[in-house]
Amino acid sequence: MPKHKERYQNRTEILQGTLDMLILQTLQWAPRHGYALSKAIRTNSGEILKVDTGSLYPALHRLERKGWIASEWKSSDVGPRLRVYRLTQGGRRQLMTERSRWERLTAAIAGILDPAEKENVR
Amino acid sequence: MKWAFWRREQRNEELQEEIQAHLLLAERGAKESGLTEKQARHAARREFGNVGVTEEVTRDTWGWRWLFDFLQDLCYALRSFGQRPGFVAVALLTLALGIGATTVMFSLVNGVLLKPLPYPDPNRLVAVNGHTDGWNTKVNGEQKLAYLDFLDCQRESHSLDMAALVYNSGTLSAPELPQYVDYYEISSELFSVAHVPLALGRAFSAEEDRIGAAPVAILGYSFWQHRFDGRSDVLGSSIVLEQKQYTVVGVAPEGFRLSGDEPEVYTLVGQDPAGYLHNRAAQPVHVVGRLRPGTTVVQAQAEVALAGSRLAQAYADTNKGRSLQVRPLRPDVGDTGSTLWLLLGAVTLVLLIGCVNVASLLLARAVSRERELAMRVALGASQGRLVRQCLTESGLLGLAGGLLGVMLASVGLEPFLKFWPGELPRAAEVQVDWRVLLFAVGVSVLSGLLFGLAPAWRAPVREVEQILRAGARTMAGSSRRLHSAFVISEIALAIVLLIAAGMLGRTLLHASTLDPGLDIRNLLVLRVGLSPTTLADPARIPAGWQDVIDRARRVPGVESVTAVDIVPMREGNNQIGYSTSADIPQKEKLPMVLASSATPDYLKVMSIPLLEGRFFDDHDRLGSELVIIVDDVLAKSAFGGNEALGKSLWIPDMPCVQLTDAFVDCSAPYKIIGVVGHVRYWGLASDDQAQVRAQLYYPFAQVAPPFLRRWSQLMSIAVRTSVPPLSVVAPLRQELRGAASDQVLYQVRTMEQLAHNSLELQRFLLLLFGIFAALALVLACIGIYGVLAYLTGQRIPEVGLRMALGASPAEVMWLVLRQSLGLILLGVGIGTAVALATGRVLERLVEGMLPISLSTFAITIPFLVLAAMLASLLPARRASQVDPMHALRQE
Repeated sequence: MPKHKERYQNRTEILQGTLDMLILQTLQWAPRHGYALSKAIRTNSGEILKVDTGSLYPALHRLERKGWIASEWKSSDVGPRLRVYRLTQGGRRQLMTERSRWERLTAAIAGILDPAEKENVR
Repeated sequence: MKWAFWRREQRNEELQEEIQAHLLLAERGAKESGLTEKQARHAARREFGNVGVTEEVTRDTWGWRWLFDFLQDLCYALRSFGQRPGFVAVALLTLALGIGATTVMFSLVNGVLLKPLPYPDPNRLVAVNGHTDGWNTKVNGEQKLAYLDFLDCQRESHSLDMAALVYNSGTLSAPELPQYVDYYEISSELFSVAHVPLALGRAFSAEEDRIGAAPVAILGYSFWQHRFDGRSDVLGSSIVLEQKQYTVVGVAPEGFRLSGDEPEVYTLVGQDPAGYLHNRAAQPVHVVGRLRPGTTVVQAQAEVALAGSRLAQAYADTNKGRSLQVRPLRPDVGDTGSTLWLLLGAVTLVLLIGCVNVASLLLARAVSRERELAMRVALGASQGRLVRQCLTESGLLGLAGGLLGVMLASVGLEPFLKFWPGELPRAAEVQVDWRVLLFAVGVSVLSGLLFGLAPAWRAPVREVEQILRAGARTMAGSSRRLHSAFVISEIALAIVLLIAAGMLGRTLLHASTLDPGLDIRNLLVLRVGLSPTTLADPARIPAGWQDVIDRARRVPGVESVTAVDIVPMREGNNQIGYSTSADIPQKEKLPMVLASSATPDYLKVMSIPLLEGRFFDDHDRLGSELVIIVDDVLAKSAFGGNEALGKSLWIPDMPCVQLTDAFVDCSAPYKIIGVVGHVRYWGLASDDQAQVRAQLYYPFAQVAPPFLRRWSQLMSIAVRTSVPPLSVVAPLRQELRGAASDQVLYQVRTMEQLAHNSLELQRFLLLLFGIFAALALVLACIGIYGVLAYLTGQRIPEVGLRMALGASPAEVMWLVLRQSLGLILLGVGIGTAVALATGRVLERLVEGMLPISLSTFAITIPFLVLAAMLASLLPARRASQVDPMHALRQE
C-alpha cells in the first residue's frame, strides 16, 4: 500500500515539537553523536521514550540548518569517525523558549485533567 | 550549480557514514547484551527501521529538494526521449512549426501595433484633431486643423508643446535632374516636440517660420543618403523645390516619419503663402503635441476643447460646429490591424491542433506506461511527483519546440515581410525583440502544459493493484474518451480553417468573374509633376495639361490620353455630398458620391460604356453651363428608376465655379448630361460592399483657377495603348519632360497591375489560410491515424475474439471505421458551428468577403471527412488482418 510513507510522516509530526526540545535538552550537558543521543533520551526517560531513528536524523539535520545545534566529525576508538552534535547559543535560547512553552502547556493540561489540584495551586 | 551538486553528493556520503556508524554502534551494543553477531546485526537494523526512507526524509530537510527532483525528472525525460527519437522528432517538428508561425505573426503584431512610437517618452505625445458632426473618420481619416487655428491653439496652450505638419509634394529641380518628391511642411517645433536630435546640422528656428524669411530646408535621412551620398558638406548648399531656392540647414534623424513614408525634404509651413494655409475653411494641418512636464492628458483635453469652442465662436462662418480633441498619438497603420489579428488567430488554431496532436501522442505513451507508473506509486512515489514528472517531460518538449520555433521565426521573418502584399506600415520596426521572445517562451510553456496536462492527469494513483494485476491490455474508459475528444477537437479546428480558406477562395473566384467596368488591358496610369513655371501661374495650368496630353498622344503606340484626378482601384479619393433639390438640408446628412474631374477623352481611354446622353466635350468650359455625368448607380440611387438625364444635382462642396479664393458653398445646380456605366473603383472584390459607390464626373475645364494648382497635384494621366503598355513608358518619359525639361513622371502603373493589386490582400490571405488549412488537415489526419491505430491496437484481443466467434474481416473493418466516423462527424458538427461564427469575423475584418455559403461547406466538409476516413483506413485494415489465434494467445 502506498500509505506507508504517509503513516510514517504522521508519526514524525506528532513527535516533532517535543523531539526537538528533547534533543536540545539532552545536548545541553555534553555534545553527543546520534546513537548516544537516542540512547541517552531512552535512558533518561526511564526506557519509556524510544526515539525513532527515522525521525531523529531528519530532526538533527533540521536543527542544524536552523543553527540551534552544530556538528563536527570526531574520530572514535570504535572504528568509524562519528558526527558529534553540540548545542549553540541560539540553541540554548531556543531551549528556554521551548521549555517555558512546554511548562505552560503541561500546567494547562494538568489543570484540565485535575481541576481540584488547580484550585490548590491557587 | 556544479558546486551545489558536489556539496550535495558530499553531504549524502556523510549522512550514509553517520547512519552506518549508528548501526555499527547499535550492533555493538546488542552484542554486548549477549546476542550473536548475526542476531545483533538484525536487531540493530530492525530497531533502526528503513534506512532508505530515513535518508530521504533527512535529505528533505536540506532544502532545494524541488530543484533536485526537477533535475532528476529532467534527466529521466531526456533519457526517455532518447529511447523514442521518432516520437520526439514528430512532436518537435509539429511544435516548432506551430510556435514558429505564431511567433512570426506575433512579431508583426508587436512591431506594427503594439510597439510605441520610436521617440522618447512616446506616451506623452498626443495628436490634436478637429471634429465636426457627421465627419466620417472611416472614409476621410481624422479631421485635421486649419493652419490659422493651429497657430491660435499653440499660442494659447499652457499644457502642450505643439507642432504642425502638412503633407505636400512637388518637383525638386536642382541639383541634378528634376525629381518628384514628397515633402513635409512643418512648424519649427516639430523635432523638439518629438524629442529627437537631427542627424546633421540644425533644426528650424522660430524666427524663420514666417513669410518672407530666408528659405531653409532640412533633408530626409534616406534622401540625403541616396541623393547626396550622406556627405556632410550638403549643409549650406541649395536645392530648388517648386521653383523656390532653399538653403539646406540640416538632415532629419534616421527613419523619422510620423505616418506614411519618410519624406525627402522638410520646409517651413510658415513660409508658405498658399491660400489654403491662410483660410480657416481648409484643414490640411496635422498637429502633434507633447504634454509639458506636470500636465496630464485630461488637462490638455480640457484646454484644447476650450480653445476649439472659442474659435468656433470667433470665426462662426468657417468654424461653426467644429470642436478640437486631444488624442494619444498612435502610429498610423490603417486597417492592417485587423489582418494581423486575423492571421494571429489562424496560426493559433494551427498551433492548437499541433498541441492536441502532441497531447494524443503523449497520452498514448502515458497509457502504455501505466504499469510502470503504477509500480512507482507502489514503491512510494506521490501523485504530485508523477504529475510533476509528466509536466517536466511535456514542458521540456514545449520549450525545445519553442526554441526551434524561435529559430525558425527569426529566419523566416524577413522573407515573410517581403511576401506581405503592398507596404506593411512600420515594417522596419518588426523584429524579434524581448517582447517577441517573452511571447514565444510563454506560448511554449503554455502549449507544453496544454498537451502535458492530459497525460499528467492520467497518472495512476488509485486502483494501482488493479492496474498491476490486469496487465497492459485493458484500458480505462476515461482514456478512450480523452482520445476521442482529441480527434473531435482536431477535426473541429481543421474545419474552421478549411471553411475560412474556402470563403476566401470563393470570394476570389467570384471577383475574377466580375466586370471591373472598364477595359483594364493596355491601359497605363501615371502621374506627372507639371512644370513648376506652369504651376506658378494658374492661368497657364489648363494649357499645361493640354500640352502634356498632346505630347503623350504623339508617342507611337499611344491611342488616346486623358487627365483625371481619380483613377479606379482607389487611386485618389474625393467624396462629396449631393442633393437632388436646391433646398439643401444639413450638409452632414447629404448622401455621398465619388466625384472625379476628367478631360473629354476619359470615357474613350477607359472604355467605359456610355448608357445615355453624352460625355462632356471641349465646349464644356468655365463660363458655360455646369455639367456632370453620373454613373448608373448614382442615377438609380438619386432618382429611383426615373430618368436622370436632364435633371440637376446640387453639390455644395464642389469647388468649381466661384472665381474667388474662399471655399464657400457652391449653390448652382449641375446638369446631368449623360449616364455611364459603373466602375469598380474600390477594387474588384470590395466595390459591392463599399459605403460610397455612386460616381459622378465633371469637366476638368470647369475647375476654377484658384483650385487648379491643388488639382494639378492630384491629377493622373491615363494612356490607352495599342502595344504592351509598359513599352511606351520610356518614350513617354522623354516626351513629357516638356519644353523646359522640368516635368517628371512618377507612379507609373498599368491598370492591370492596379486591378491585380486590389485583390492582393484577399489573395495573400487565401494563400496563408490555404497553407494553414492544409497543415491543419495533415495534422488532423496524422492525429486521427495515431489515435485510431492506438485504440485499435488496444482492442486486438477483442477483435480476435470477435473473429474467432465468426466476424468477417469486412465487419471488423467496419467496426473500426464506424468508431472513427462517429468521432469525425461529431468534430464536423462542432467545427461547423464554430466556423459559422468565425466566418462572421472574417466578413467583418476582410473587405469584399462574400458571406459564408452552403457551397463552401458542401465542398470542404466532404473533403475533410474523406481525408479523415482515409487516415483511419490503415488501422482498420490492420485490425481486419488480425490472426484470431495469435490475438487470443496474446491475452
